[in-house]
Amino acid sequence: MREVSIVGIGYTSFSPVTPDLSWKELMFEAATRAYADAGIDPRKDVQSFITCAEDYWEGFSIFDEFTPDQLGAALRLMHTVAGDGLLGLANAYMQIKTGLFDIVVVEAHSKISDLLTYEDVLMLAFDPIYEAPLGGHPHYLAGLEMREYLAWTGTTEEECAAVAVKNKWNALRNPLAPYGAAIAREDVLSSPYLFAPLKKLEIAPLVDGAIVLVLAEGELARRLTDKAVLLEGIGWSSESPWVGTRLPDARYARLAAELAYAQAGITNPIQEIDLAEVDDRFAYKELQHLEALGLARPGEAGQLLLEGAFDLDGQLPVNLSGGSLGMGDAVEAGGLQRALEIILQLRGEAGARQLPDPEVGLAMSWRGLPHGSGAVAIFRREA
Amino acid sequence: MKEVAVVGAGMTLFASRMMETGKELCWEAAKQALDEAGLSLQEIDAVIMGTAPDAFDGIHKKGENLLDGAGGANKPYMRVYTGGGTAVMTPIAGWWHIASGMFDTVLVVNEEKMSSARPHAQSVFAHIWDPILDRPLRPNLVWIFAMEMQRYMHKYNVRKEDIALVSVKNKRNAVDHPCAQLADPKITVEDVLNSEPMALPVRRLDISPPSDGASALVLASLDVAREICPDRIVTIDGVGWCIDTTMWTNRDLAFPKFLARAADQAYRMAGIKDPKKEIHIAEPYDPFNYKELQHMEGLLLCEPGEAAILTREGVTQRDGRLPVCPSGGLLGVGNPIAATMGIKVGEIYWQLARKAGKRQVRNDPVTGVCQAWGDLMQFSSVLVMRRR
Amino acid sequence: MISQPRGRKLSREEAERVPHVVARPKARYAWSAGPATGRFLEELKEGRVLARRCNGCGRVLVPPRMFCERCFRPTDEWVYLPGTGTIQTYSISYIDTDANRIAKPILVGVLAFDGASEGCGIMHYFGEVAPEKLYIGMEVEPVWKPQAEREGAITDIKYFRPRRKEDRQ
Repeated sequence: MREVSIVGIGYTSFSPVTPDLSWKELMFEAATRAYADAGIDPRKDVQSFITCAEDYWEGFSIFDEFTPDQLGAALRLMHTVAGDGLLGLANAYMQIKTGLFDIVVVEAHSKISDLLTYEDVLMLAFDPIYEAPLGGHPHYLAGLEMREYLAWTGTTEEECAAVAVKNKWNALRNPLAPYGAAIAREDVLSSPYLFAPLKKLEIAPLVDGAIVLVLAEGELARRLTDKAVLLEGIGWSSESPWVGTRLPDARYARLAAELAYAQAGITNPIQEIDLAEVDDRFAYKELQHLEALGLARPGEAGQLLLEGAFDLDGQLPVNLSGGSLGMGDAVEAGGLQRALEIILQLRGEAGARQLPDPEVGLAMSWRGLPHGSGAVAIFRREA
Repeated sequence: MKEVAVVGAGMTLFASRMMETGKELCWEAAKQALDEAGLSLQEIDAVIMGTAPDAFDGIHKKGENLLDGAGGANKPYMRVYTGGGTAVMTPIAGWWHIASGMFDTVLVVNEEKMSSARPHAQSVFAHIWDPILDRPLRPNLVWIFAMEMQRYMHKYNVRKEDIALVSVKNKRNAVDHPCAQLADPKITVEDVLNSEPMALPVRRLDISPPSDGASALVLASLDVAREICPDRIVTIDGVGWCIDTTMWTNRDLAFPKFLARAADQAYRMAGIKDPKKEIHIAEPYDPFNYKELQHMEGLLLCEPGEAAILTREGVTQRDGRLPVCPSGGLLGVGNPIAATMGIKVGEIYWQLARKAGKRQVRNDPVTGVCQAWGDLMQFSSVLVMRRR
Repeated sequence: MISQPRGRKLSREEAERVPHVVARPKARYAWSAGPATGRFLEELKEGRVLARRCNGCGRVLVPPRMFCERCFRPTDEWVYLPGTGTIQTYSISYIDTDANRIAKPILVGVLAFDGASEGCGIMHYFGEVAPEKLYIGMEVEPVWKPQAEREGAITDIKYFRPRRKEDRQ
């Protein structure tokens, strides 16, 4: 069975606004760095390119048109995945597994600062007949789910606030994270309720940036670089789009993880995974996702967090990058943001937040409100 | 590499202003495809969605919205998106879902509901142009086809009369397609040449109009296919796709080089050395009549400029040596962008499986090719299928 | 085998009677033009057409871009062009952007700029010419808006007209 590895990473800085550059130049910068890192020429060596984008974020019908040039993909095999970066990664993984291709590139980006009506556009993702006409700010839905999650699991508002504190502190050690802050739990708890029980400091602010990953078949990867990181498994799943039919248990994350664990041969995730990056666009989602992924028992993630289990020196460090709360919500690039941190850690390039000797890391993404779709990727350091 | 077969297909009526929602259209097509495959949704491992601009419905992340109609709930669900090229790209994604060894059965559902857009589906296409260089000129999508057609006719000296023959052939072929909205058994070349001018040289009957509709395919690994439908083993033997530069005003508008590359990739994978001889049936993308000719040339089924001659000689008729668009194509059946999968991949499958009924071609084809085209005239996806 | 499909096409009147929800998406954007297109627009305001040269393939590129899609390397220098060009293709359009019919056709096409590499050009309108006089290969020149009305947009050029006076209307 062919193996798949990450042989190159490239990224821009992450910034709340980037008025001087178009999305094309952001992508070009990330791509150039990724190809240099992998030591490849995109015009000769890459057999397939994948970008991850949604039309309404970008403001184009058929954004696919505008993607090839800045990645070196003109007159090459390239296509768009309307979804998160980890879904793009899944397609690249499968393409290499078929044996048809040896090197595939995945790109995801956010130029969300170009969008002047974020809330209105997010509302367009709600059901046009049953949900959207009710109006309001779309984040209310996260407030509803958070209340339901707290009631179901006994998790407290303090525990959710502690997620924001941890991740914003972690971000201070990540030069890529613009939203780091040395804050205390009281600061979060006393920040205004926007969608009670959800508070202002528990919501990830938006950010611009681009990430490019170069994937290669395992044997080739070892010849290309001594920094290859194995992509051992990847899974994804979607729940019903009807909000009312979903439980607050992030079942999509559980199903995605089951698929990824099966490929990676992971039977006891708590024991076998050394660090995790999970979607935390709303602070409570980190706890909910950890439980769905089997990295904490239902209702126990909050308590483990307070005990320090998910800190840099804890038994399972979570979102050392700062997560979305620290790095910013990069819309469809969120999944690759999470994957990037895992790869940096496994390569020993995570600077001030480097773990001593991590071997296996998990990255998880969620497609955001109002949907129940997510993906999970398992990475392993080469021996 | 696991081998992959098509084991079922389904499609709805292609018509403008249908009462059903996008989800309902998806469900109808998916159910038919599952029924033909003899599988239940529970036996499907993963679902793939194809649908073109979200702006038709004004629904952001449209793939998520459609997922329950497509049978994607609580399954791995993926939306692959290459504009009009989606029609053949989602089955290609289905191919790699299975060929990679990750899944055994995949349901591919493509949907389009164009009639929701106001004032016209064309208004949505205004947003496919570059916002700084093109959109201030207030373009209509038809312009770009008109300009391409003009350049194609100029470079290869192709006559409008021969191009009109494509509309006549496809709209007549469509008479035998139960899902067709534009079939016309009596249409003549003169009707096409004298139809209402849109953006000259393009006239009304040169174009396939917007439609609503959905189509679906069930794909399975060859092992599974041999169990569930040993009577009709139709495999996907070659896949290819390619995108050209975004800078459309810098491209050669007469010959689709990106398509030739995609076709070459698919033929090499399928072990086809001489497509002119080894391809027995073709469903090239025909949203405009000249596109069928240009795409036959891009698919390397003839030399540049030769497709019009083959058409004039009747080679591309259902009883010809190389039947082209025996379904009736987009010109005859309708053009619900991504959902045209049903008359491209679906038609080749039904033809190779000898299940095309009144549309069945005469030359009993073994190997067929289908193709879709999209984005801003720069992308093509190509699929080669064989009966075993 | 395709089973007989259900449903049917509704007439326009029927479609209006079907229960439906009307919504107007509020989606507004401010796209960064980026350094290449941004400077191109600034120069249009001054009545000049600007290109960008790639020393990798030697092409002179319009629209200008900061990277070359063929070589995948940054482009190297700015090049001013005379603004004249040749028609590559054209259309005579009797429909507007929303597919409404119009009586006086819009003349539109792609031109390649003189001084740029083969095929490098833009889409624009043609004017001061009878529709039947247009042909591929016609040499054209820009007709600019008065300086005071220019705003740094592609429409700072009103249209392109034939260079030969006898072709003009």
